[in-house]
Amino acid sequence: MRLELRPRANVPWWANALSPVAALAVTAAVGAVLFAALGKPPGRALYVYFVEPLTDPWSLHELTVKAAPLILIAVGLSVAFRANRWNIGAEGQLIAGAITAGALPVLAPGVSGAWVVPAMLLLAAAGGAAWGAIPAILKTRFGANEILVSLMLVYVAGLLLDYLVRGPWRNPGGFNFPETASFPPDARLAELITDGAFSGRANTGIVIAVVLAILTFILIARTLKGFEIAVSGESPRAARFAGFDERRTTLFVFLYSGAFAGIAGAIEVMGTIGQLRPAISPGYGFTAIIVAFLGRLNPLAIIVAGYLLALSYIGGEAAQMMLQLTDRTTRVFQGVLLFAVLASDTLLRHEVRLVRAKTVAP
Amino acid sequence: MTDQTLFAARDISKAFGSLQAVDSVSLTLEAGEIVALLGENGAGKSTFVKMMFGALQPDSGAFFVRGAPTVLKNPSAARAAGIGMVHQHFSLFDAFTGAQNLALVMPSERADAVGQKARALGQTYGLPIDPDALVADLSVGERQRIEIVRCLMERPDIIIMDEPTSVLTPQEAERLFKTLKSLAAEGRAVLYISHKLDEVRALCDRAVVLRRGRLIGTYDARTTPARTLAEAMVGAKIPAVAASPGEPGAAALAVKTLSRPSDTPFGTALHEVSLTLHAGEVLGIAGMAGNGQSELFAALSGETLSPREAIAIDGAPAGHLGIEARRAMGAAFVPEERLGHGTVPTLTLTDNVVLSRRQTADRTTGPGGFLSWRAARRAVSRVIAAMDVRPPNLAAPAKTLSGGNLQKYVMGRELDRAPGLLIVNQPTWGVDAGAAAAIRQALVDRARAGGAVLVISQDLDELFAIADRMAVIAAGRLTEPAATPSLTRADVGLAMAKGFDNAA
Repeated sequence: MRLELRPRANVPWWANALSPVAALAVTAAVGAVLFAALGKPPGRALYVYFVEPLTDPWSLHELTVKAAPLILIAVGLSVAFRANRWNIGAEGQLIAGAITAGALPVLAPGVSGAWVVPAMLLLAAAGGAAWGAIPAILKTRFGANEILVSLMLVYVAGLLLDYLVRGPWRNPGGFNFPETASFPPDARLAELITDGAFSGRANTGIVIAVVLAILTFILIARTLKGFEIAVSGESPRAARFAGFDERRTTLFVFLYSGAFAGIAGAIEVMGTIGQLRPAISPGYGFTAIIVAFLGRLNPLAIIVAGYLLALSYIGGEAAQMMLQLTDRTTRVFQGVLLFAVLASDTLLRHEVRLVRAKTVAP
Repeated sequence: MTDQTLFAARDISKAFGSLQAVDSVSLTLEAGEIVALLGENGAGKSTFVKMMFGALQPDSGAFFVRGAPTVLKNPSAARAAGIGMVHQHFSLFDAFTGAQNLALVMPSERADAVGQKARALGQTYGLPIDPDALVADLSVGERQRIEIVRCLMERPDIIIMDEPTSVLTPQEAERLFKTLKSLAAEGRAVLYISHKLDEVRALCDRAVVLRRGRLIGTYDARTTPARTLAEAMVGAKIPAVAASPGEPGAAALAVKTLSRPSDTPFGTALHEVSLTLHAGEVLGIAGMAGNGQSELFAALSGETLSPREAIAIDGAPAGHLGIEARRAMGAAFVPEERLGHGTVPTLTLTDNVVLSRRQTADRTTGPGGFLSWRAARRAVSRVIAAMDVRPPNLAAPAKTLSGGNLQKYVMGRELDRAPGLLIVNQPTWGVDAGAAAAIRQALVDRARAGGAVLVISQDLDELFAIADRMAVIAAGRLTEPAATPSLTRADVGLAMAKGFDNAA
């Protein structure tokens, strides 16, 4: 006996819309079981995790701080995934972008002026795109597997950043801590609300993320490039028939998603962190893969999905403090969510049948 | 029903949503009989046969096997009831031998024992097979024989054949007919699905015609004229294709000693292919599947690139140019596979206009690379009206159209440009008679209007009907084209089977 997946002929629109909700419900249910097994009251744990962070301005700001890079990276990845190209190395492209953006204030410490922030963002986009170009070029020239190459380059980028902040870029006045000097004020992103009861750390990074998400939506829905990406992902032979060069498509989507991840890295170091350190991201580049799929590869839906995954980070921190849970539960939650999203989409489009082994008359 | 009735269907109906695919169809199969099931694409043949083979369940009605009511809840149940089917599309693993492929469906037996059994069975029914050869090395006809033997090994009384000759040479088809006749002579019943009326009349005893899910009638296949059957299928008079030899004009396409190694181990290399196609003529290229047609089409369309001078369009070298550059020179292309090559299955008809017409369809691509869906909708509306594509729904995904309608759409999309050079691979493959006639007429009309038309086809009837000149492709080599009236079917069939040396 074996299980068989068969495509369903018709999937009603409301089922499509409900699928992410079902995935969240499954995740919450698994979470409740997990908390119970850890000896915590499930209801209270879920409240601490998913509801409490939404109730005060401070954590809403933290949510936004975490959502911005997730949205940016996921929007870039959605373009690659639509083209059926698998960039798994956004974390490395994020680090590369942070390095190239940080190079400006680190190498020119006295830099100032309104041009510094845009210049650093452009440097970050270039750095992330360059890092993303490596797997793309190896794939188009030598047929190397882009999943493996982009993933391995994450660790190369991490070690490169490590070397820089412990070696040549270390702050001379920093008591040997492995970090660069703090960026000058003109190399920092402005905070959105600086005064009053609703002030907090959220910065213009979220504005950049939302604007780029909208522009990407337009790219996908309205332009020939977006059409090329869709065709290339759905049917490579039809893409050749249309005269689209598949190598150029590969290169484009890796440059695009790499640039977005690079900008996300810049937002991190120009925003809340304010300098380069050995660790600048709690795995945003990987979590963004979940964000991209939870948002169905739609840049506008990804904005919502980004906030949702940010909630799992913030909730995880709250659960650590208030329930003495390990921070690993955050990762478990994110993993369960990805499984649930993929499973509900698969089960939505296919029906599962149990097929008995055939017996054939001799 | 009589004692001789092996199979009966009574008032079988099946609906998909609002579409009544099969509408209370009844038919019987007697022992020793070959019955043709005729109908256009979308007439309900496939749905009916799937229900007969247990792959779909009828909404109402009943099947009777040897007089006993039988529920065919899945293909295994159908096989257990003695129903066997040879599918149109083969399901053999290229990398395995024939015997290994057969052993896959009979797990209880060893491959070599299965091979011997298959060889013996093949000999009995005039189906010479070599079970030890790799499937990849076999011709399409040989592969089909393995499929038929696979079906026969389960000893079915009722055999369903789904368009078996669409890939065979005339000689191979003759051999298949002998086999089917000897199977019927043993008291089995054969249900034979085909578009080709001539072979139905040569082979079958009765012809059952479906149209829009309903049984239109049962005809004596031997005595009823092909035209009557065709009209029963489409429900209207079919215009004969008006092919009159036009005046050949300037060379629109010139191919000079084009050679190309095969991209894959299972592909075909092209050897020094040369041809000249003039404005105002239809040039047909006949050949069995897998003799280099796909490779030739790819080279002519620019999906694969060639040396600069090997291909010239309107006298200008174009071998090194990609497909969009060749389109800009006035060429248009219709590939064999309409789903997944000529169109993207999940995209709508409007989206799919942009696929091949982003430069040429009413400015669908505007400044800055922005697409104008309004322009695309305008173009697709014209195509739908000109080719009578049904349903006339601009937003329908390509995969929801029937084969014939999608082919009319793909053909119409290119014809809408009135291209100076049109290169078509298998224009009516798997297309019903009405749509095929419309497509062939459109190809001839294009040539008469001054276009140059190259048609690659496995259907000899089609080429004899529309081509002014014909050549044969075999094993990657092309014969010298000759005027169609000077050729006989037997010459061409022989050249297709034997290859270059015995060319017509």
